[in-house]
Amino acid sequence: MTWQRSRIRLDRDNRAFWTGGAEGKLNIVRCDDCGQFTHPPREICRHCQSENVAPHAVAGTGAVDTYTVNYQAWAKDMEVPFVIARVRLDDVPGVYLTTNIVNCPVDAVDIDDRVKVVFEEQDGIWYPLFEKVA
Amino acid sequence: MAGEAYITGIGMSEVGVRLTRSAIGLTVDAVKEAIADAGLTLDQIDGVSTYPGKMQAFLGFSPISTDDLIEVLGLKTRWHAGTGEATAQLGAITDAASAVKAGLARHVICFRTVYEAAALARPDEYPPMQRRNDITGGSQWVSPFGAFSAACWTAQFATRHMKRYGLTREQLAQVALNDHRNAALNPRAIVREPLTMDKYMSARMITTPFCLYDCDRFTDASTVVIVSAGDALDEVKSQPIRIAASAGSLERYSWDQAEWASAYPTGRDLWKNTDYSVKDVDTVQFYDGFAFQPITWLEGLGFCEVGEGGRFIEGGTRIARDGELPMNTGGGQLGWGRLHGFGFAFESVVQLRGDGGARQIAGDPKVAVATSGGGPMAAALLLAKD
Ligand SMILES: [Zn+2]
Repeated sequence: MTWQRSRIRLDRDNRAFWTGGAEGKLNIVRCDDCGQFTHPPREICRHCQSENVAPHAVAGTGAVDTYTVNYQAWAKDMEVPFVIARVRLDDVPGVYLTTNIVNCPVDAVDIDDRVKVVFEEQDGIWYPLFEKVA
Repeated sequence: MAGEAYITGIGMSEVGVRLTRSAIGLTVDAVKEAIADAGLTLDQIDGVSTYPGKMQAFLGFSPISTDDLIEVLGLKTRWHAGTGEATAQLGAITDAASAVKAGLARHVICFRTVYEAAALARPDEYPPMQRRNDITGGSQWVSPFGAFSAACWTAQFATRHMKRYGLTREQLAQVALNDHRNAALNPRAIVREPLTMDKYMSARMITTPFCLYDCDRFTDASTVVIVSAGDALDEVKSQPIRIAASAGSLERYSWDQAEWASAYPTGRDLWKNTDYSVKDVDTVQFYDGFAFQPITWLEGLGFCEVGEGGRFIEGGTRIARDGELPMNTGGGQLGWGRLHGFGFAFESVVQLRGDGGARQIAGDPKVAVATSGGGPMAAALLLAKD
């Protein structure tokens, strides 16, 4: 996909998520007290309200929870069709990422397909996309 | 009855696409019709409620504030509220019902003014929200991946329903076909052309499984509902419709973190503070920004089991005007226009009063359900003719 992706305004909460790809890391906020994850990232654990939270590099593997094949060009430079999917991450229970499934035909994607993260960098933002694994 | 809240007036402006009339003008038109319907005068109005309130960064979506309306109508209000942090669109009516029950107001104008079609044609005055850069908040988790529209978010839940429970596009089509049939009998609906299964199945795809006819259309209109206190009904000349119960919920604000649409918890909750049950309902007006949402409402409210929504609407006979559960009798948002939730309260009152004309359902309906939302936030109203 070649379109100019929406650029994120980086802040204290989201910086680790959107720049972790520079080091090949998919960072999700984890609580050091209860061990559970909070996404979207917050400064407080949504499970136990602890403030002892920090970004944590997760495996970056998962499965397609559900998806849609998008045919509408919502922006002028958008090339269609492409797959928008919700991916559930293997080692991050209860956390889903909206993303694109890339490097395969749109009709090759199905629910429960195994995927792993690949990063696409635009202007210092590292967008986590996913591709199928055998 | 004291301690109760009633809908005593309904009004609607001209409904259209790219109207030249101003947004505030449309709103005042709808207010005038509603107060005339109720038999009230402006000096009897002491409350104003809206959803989501004026959105300065996205004026086409919501161009009118409560204070805009209070100013131009010269109202002397005692209570007003307008916020997007509510239980979806009909939450503005729930809030008004709470206010009149608490004695904070006697007659509340509840309004929703949409100006999305006009705004598209006038981007200098009404800049689109789809800013490409510097995004913050919830949209940062979806927009970078091309999921700019709620269509892309809702479609993923529809895909899962198809894979898990066997929902088919032919079943989904019944929502659009039913809406088009009913819109044809509603003089205010923007859609006039009939829809066939062939036309539906060959329409261009927006985002699977949604084709063009599964998505509502940007509309310019204002809809008003007047909510009155039970001990103020002697001032009203219309047939009041009681708000017998209401419910609303927020599962997760992020669309992509929720397991299910909030139609499910909202639907379950609606029945907890009323003696009515699904068996008493004569007509349903279900939010259908996308054709999949009424299926979640049918399941969430318990008209069928979870997973059975597609089979419930199969063939379209049960949800037709002469079926066992007439649905979206005014044409819904796919046929009437994207009135953004308020059209469902309006149409419920029309049907319960027997004022539906060519689209009126038979059999003296007494109980209706109106809903709004169906993504991460949702609201439902149970309306009854005493
Ligand atoms: Zn914790």
